[in-house]
Amino acid sequence: MSGSPAGPVLVLLDHTADGMLRPAVLELLTLARGLAPDAVVEGAWVGGDPGPALGELGEQGLVSVHHLDVGVAEPHLTPVVAQALGALVTATGARLVLGVSSFENKEVAARLGVATGAGVVTDASGLELDDDGAAVADKTVFAGTWNTRCVVTAPVAVVLLKANAVQAEPASLVTSPAVVEHVVEIGELALRQTLVERTERAGSGRPELGAAQVVVVGGRGTNGDFGPVEALADLLGGAVGATRVATDEGWIAHDAQIGQTGVTVAPRLYIGAGVSGAVHHRGGMQSAGTIVAVNSDPEAPIFEIADLGIVGDLFVVLPQAIEELRRLRG
Amino acid sequence: MKIVVCVKHVPDIQSERTIGDDGRVVRDGGDGTLNELDENAIEAALVLAETHGGEVVVLTAGPADAVDAVRRGLQMGADEAVHVLDDALAGSDVFGTAAVLAAAIGLVEEEGPVDLVVTGMAALDGLTSMLPAALAAELGIAQLTLASAIDVVEGSDGTRVTVRRELDHATEVLSAMTPALVSVTDQANEPRYPNFKGIMAARKKAVTTFTLADLGIEPAAVGSSGSRTRVLSATARPARENRVLITDDGEAGRTLATYLVDNKLV
Repeated sequence: MSGSPAGPVLVLLDHTADGMLRPAVLELLTLARGLAPDAVVEGAWVGGDPGPALGELGEQGLVSVHHLDVGVAEPHLTPVVAQALGALVTATGARLVLGVSSFENKEVAARLGVATGAGVVTDASGLELDDDGAAVADKTVFAGTWNTRCVVTAPVAVVLLKANAVQAEPASLVTSPAVVEHVVEIGELALRQTLVERTERAGSGRPELGAAQVVVVGGRGTNGDFGPVEALADLLGGAVGATRVATDEGWIAHDAQIGQTGVTVAPRLYIGAGVSGAVHHRGGMQSAGTIVAVNSDPEAPIFEIADLGIVGDLFVVLPQAIEELRRLRG
Repeated sequence: MKIVVCVKHVPDIQSERTIGDDGRVVRDGGDGTLNELDENAIEAALVLAETHGGEVVVLTAGPADAVDAVRRGLQMGADEAVHVLDDALAGSDVFGTAAVLAAAIGLVEEEGPVDLVVTGMAALDGLTSMLPAALAAELGIAQLTLASAIDVVEGSDGTRVTVRRELDHATEVLSAMTPALVSVTDQANEPRYPNFKGIMAARKKAVTTFTLADLGIEPAAVGSSGSRTRVLSATARPARENRVLITDDGEAGRTLATYLVDNKLV
């Protein structure tokens, strides 16, 4: 890390409908500040009023937030976001755009790449700049079994980072971000699809699965009883996840599914209960810091990657662990 | 209704997958297969063609082995197959691939307009999930991505496609008139297995091969030379060290609690 990118580093500020920042954005801002000593970090906010988030953005030392007003266009449509962001890249001369790695942002990045010629890395677990200021990103592939490092050779780089790639920290200097207004004319191509309906999922009261530090997961072995899994997650302040079998059986909502086609998690601690560890599931959790597995089948593939594997009945082991943790914590 | 399904030939996820010194996925291990998630795309296209009438063309770009992917599509019931085969494709990034597929769809359109382009939600080798949106942008058509349910209504003013999709924080319903691109998730359907009749019928179906010259694409614009990223290093992740496996003797719950506390994980 030494070279500095020309133009600002733009961070796409994912937010809720009522203007609250998604927590993983704070990690991006922390990472962006540290990219180069003279890095200029600016926010990109599509739709709505950024007002409610300015306090939090100021704690991240952000000097300016670009508010991209898309008029009557639907700001949740990814082609609309991509076009607005493309206009901002041109207007600011930004050479690096950062975003949280999500399904929506992958679509945004893909369209931004087609429109601007930018090179894209998704699901990055780390990022630095080389001597020429080019973006160099780390990424694990093949269900977490390979580590790769790649450089973006195109003039503009878009890097989407996985949650937990860095620890969010406040900036040493708190700022009052200035809001820079842009009105973006959205073209016909971005309006070819319409959003008929959008239902934001209600929070579970637990941390967000993709960003949680602790994730407790239930699989086939729960037989539909997530009681012990939820109890352990709540004791540890963690999120609850599930395998494909558990969501297909309707034991828990589909959005709890961890795996290659579901949510990818990289928590400090992963605890799998009754999870066999099929390759599809491993692809979504193998970069966890510590992996603990409880399964009654000694042949379960998850034991091949577990730091602590326990062959046993989860309905016995988890309650005992909960009781002991309560005792140890006094 | 004419439907083009874009599919990819990838290393079997159950096999030992590797990356070569050139930073590319090793694709000649003989363990290649049709990307599992593309089976959902083929299934969705076949059901739409069965319900609304029409034909299904499966399309792939890739090395000689990749023809297996479109053949599998023919066995499942697709009518035609197109394979873009050119040495210069090796090392293409998602943008090179999208440009090639868009040009190939352009050639398919010479025999009649394409109403729908269908893809899977991701390829299980790269998993970037970017191809569907990039392809829709290249083609200049609507994108209805990550569909877990698809509804097609033919009206007097054209054909409307409506999809439901599950995102990290929300459920959405998107809608557009054709032509449109739809990507489907593994929740969308249960792909059929080719039956004997399908396998026999597929033998009689030809696979049309296009080169980059046929598509009017300069070799330098795709492949490694056209790629906007370059792999600097790729290493197999070392196995986790000091792993412990115990069998519950009545104390494993307490052992687990102690382990978490000792390792400062709680």
